[in-house]
Amino acid sequence: MEDCLAKKMEITVSEAEKRTGRNAMNIQETYTAYLIETRAVESQSEGQCAPVESLWRRYSEFELLRNYLSVTYPHIVVPPLPEKRADFVWHKLSADNMDPDFVERRRIGLENFLLRVASHPVLCQDKIFYAFLMQEGGWKEMVNETGFHLKADSRLKALNATFRVKNPDKRFTELKHYSDELQSVISHLLRVRARVADRLYGVYKVHGNYGRVFSEWSAIEKEMGDGLQSAGHHMDVYAASIDDILEEEEHYADQLKEYLFYAEALRAVCRKHELMQYDLEMAAQDLTSKKQQCEELATGTVRTFSLKGMTSKLFGQETPEQREAKIKVLEEQIQEGEEQLKSKNLEGRDFVKSAWADIERFKEQKNHDLKEALISYAVMQISMCKKGIQVWTNAKECFSKM
Amino acid sequence: AASAPKPLPSSGPKSLREMPHPLATSSSEEMGPALTPSPDLLLPRSIADKDLSLPNGTPVDTSSPASSSSLLNRLQLDDDLDVETRDLFVTVDDPKKHVCTMETYITYRVTTKTTRAEFDLPEYSVRRRYQDFDWLRNKLEESQPTHLIPPLPEKFVVKGVVDRFSEEFVETRRKALDKFLKRITDHPVLSFNEHFNVFLTAKDLNAYKKQGMALLSKVGESVKYVTGGYKLRSRPLEFAAIGDYLDTFSLKLGTIDRIAQRIIKEQLEYLVELREYGPVYSTWGGLEVELSEPLEGVSACIGNCCTALEELSEDMTEDFLPVLREYILYAESMKNVLKKRDQVQAEYEAKLEAVALKREDRPKVPTDVEKCQDRVECFNADLKADMERWQNNKRQDFRQLLMGMADKNIQYYEKVCVT
Repeated sequence: MEDCLAKKMEITVSEAEKRTGRNAMNIQETYTAYLIETRAVESQSEGQCAPVESLWRRYSEFELLRNYLSVTYPHIVVPPLPEKRADFVWHKLSADNMDPDFVERRRIGLENFLLRVASHPVLCQDKIFYAFLMQEGGWKEMVNETGFHLKADSRLKALNATFRVKNPDKRFTELKHYSDELQSVISHLLRVRARVADRLYGVYKVHGNYGRVFSEWSAIEKEMGDGLQSAGHHMDVYAASIDDILEEEEHYADQLKEYLFYAEALRAVCRKHELMQYDLEMAAQDLTSKKQQCEELATGTVRTFSLKGMTSKLFGQETPEQREAKIKVLEEQIQEGEEQLKSKNLEGRDFVKSAWADIERFKEQKNHDLKEALISYAVMQISMCKKGIQVWTNAKECFSKM
Repeated sequence: AASAPKPLPSSGPKSLREMPHPLATSSSEEMGPALTPSPDLLLPRSIADKDLSLPNGTPVDTSSPASSSSLLNRLQLDDDLDVETRDLFVTVDDPKKHVCTMETYITYRVTTKTTRAEFDLPEYSVRRRYQDFDWLRNKLEESQPTHLIPPLPEKFVVKGVVDRFSEEFVETRRKALDKFLKRITDHPVLSFNEHFNVFLTAKDLNAYKKQGMALLSKVGESVKYVTGGYKLRSRPLEFAAIGDYLDTFSLKLGTIDRIAQRIIKEQLEYLVELREYGPVYSTWGGLEVELSEPLEGVSACIGNCCTALEELSEDMTEDFLPVLREYILYAESMKNVLKKRDQVQAEYEAKLEAVALKREDRPKVPTDVEKCQDRVECFNADLKADMERWQNNKRQDFRQLLMGMADKNIQYYEKVCVT
């Protein structure tokens, strides 16, 4: 989309810094702050560079932003944040939030998040988002003033709706299944990948022992000595190479993780639909029952069994005035109800339409991104193999000179 | 060889030379007859004469000056033994299982092709089992105690629950037995050993074995070096060096063996994980529409990686590890030979001392002493020659081995690349 913020502005999360401060409960804590830099992309044909604006944010503020966006735009698949805690680690990676590698990957993840939001046709226009990027002070208050908390649906309500809804849009039901399965398969994949990485690390590192023993052995040999020694060196190189290889692979893992979390966002949209649909069904049901009541009172017939009917039969009927009053009230309620139903219906249809549009957009984005991720993964593997070939060819040469 | 074999130049320790020989004046002549093998060295005459000369008849000593560069010359001699002059070829193949009432065992076909006069026919083909190889080795050790005898693959299965009759085990053993015979074939002395000849040619080896046993028990034990009582005064430097070298060598090889095994273990564990990894992509592919093809592709690739890795591990286990083990065994047997050498020297020194103390000239003792000295000198020279040959061969072997390992790894990576 041409109007995206991303096109108009360069956004980077360029630095991360450890800070200490006092939190809400006045307890000392350490946290990491991230520097967000923005620069307007004006026509730079004359070589003029717009000034860089910057401010610091911490992870919890990002979270607040995302919550706000999720609640305010429930029909949008809101981009996810990078994980709060390190998950799917293999043994060498630290699970410590303060670990520099983790912080670095998180920085990249946060930048990615901002870019995704900025390139979204709807989200990028949000004022709060803009303020997040540009306005350091008073942003939190600004968010809270929107009162978005109140709009949030309770978890319980949502759960209830999921179980009780009778007629949700089939596409959303399918989508929900899909996102469940996607989550499960990606989690599985990430777990196994972590184990694979662990094992591969082991294989490479043990080769390093060759380096040492070859060196020791070469000390007692005459003609074989040089060859052994240099071959040993190559073994060391081989063993060391795994660190870089696996670091690169983490990037791939992060890309998968993003879509793992995206699945959750998808689910959220489905849930919202179910909630709205349930609401609608309840309202319709309510209306129908009121209309029925009205009819009963008007005609005096009791179509269905009701306690009121029984009691009135037993204890005598109401006076015509009372009945009239009741009918009046009901008729008012019915009218209100019908209007509400109409607007809910409209809301529901609008939601479905706009949500589905965003979902289509998301699908395309996902296919594109994942395809690229898989390709780059394959490229990584090939490069790893090429390095392996190189090292062993070198070693072979050394051996041949023995 | 009608002429008396010339005295073997002693490239041996200076200390022995410096020691006054009781019969110093007539040493060269006296040494002559003493050099012919004494009755207690159980060598048939015909072989003994050839013992110290090359197949083409030249005595060993002609090419070596008295200096220590005799080592180098031995190397040259070895080069002369190259392919063109080879006249004996032996192969071990075609393992077959035999099921008898008492036991089940495997035999291997041993094929010989030769132009040597010692063999009646130009070609032979016999079947032998491990027991027979073991017998041959023992016989060689007995009859050629001053030489390094190549090792046999281990008699019993060492680690794990390995099936004696499994294809891999039999094949690994076959290769090792083949190498064993080839090494003997290449040896200028061992290859002319009578027992070796019989091993290669006899239809009924068991009959010969029994006959051999009878002879032995009659004449008494062959070369047995008495332990106990003889303390070595000073081990000549070069043998001490060889001893040290062997110690370190076996140690290092042992370490490499352990490392290689560890690597294989890690690779197999990696393989286990990979096997789970691939199918997950497939599952995912089933979930997607547009992405299903690339996902299936990744899954297939990972499957190929698994296969390639499996092959690599197999190759390493079958080709690399056995050779390491073999050399460790070799080093062990070499150390034993060195020990024997030490004992011989010790005996010689002790006897020499005893003689020096006595003023009388007893005919028996000098011969005894001389015998000892001969043995020592023999020993030393043979050992040296063998060591050099061994080193050379070892170098080649390891070169091939490690290159092979490198190759395999390369192949593995190439396979992975292609997918």
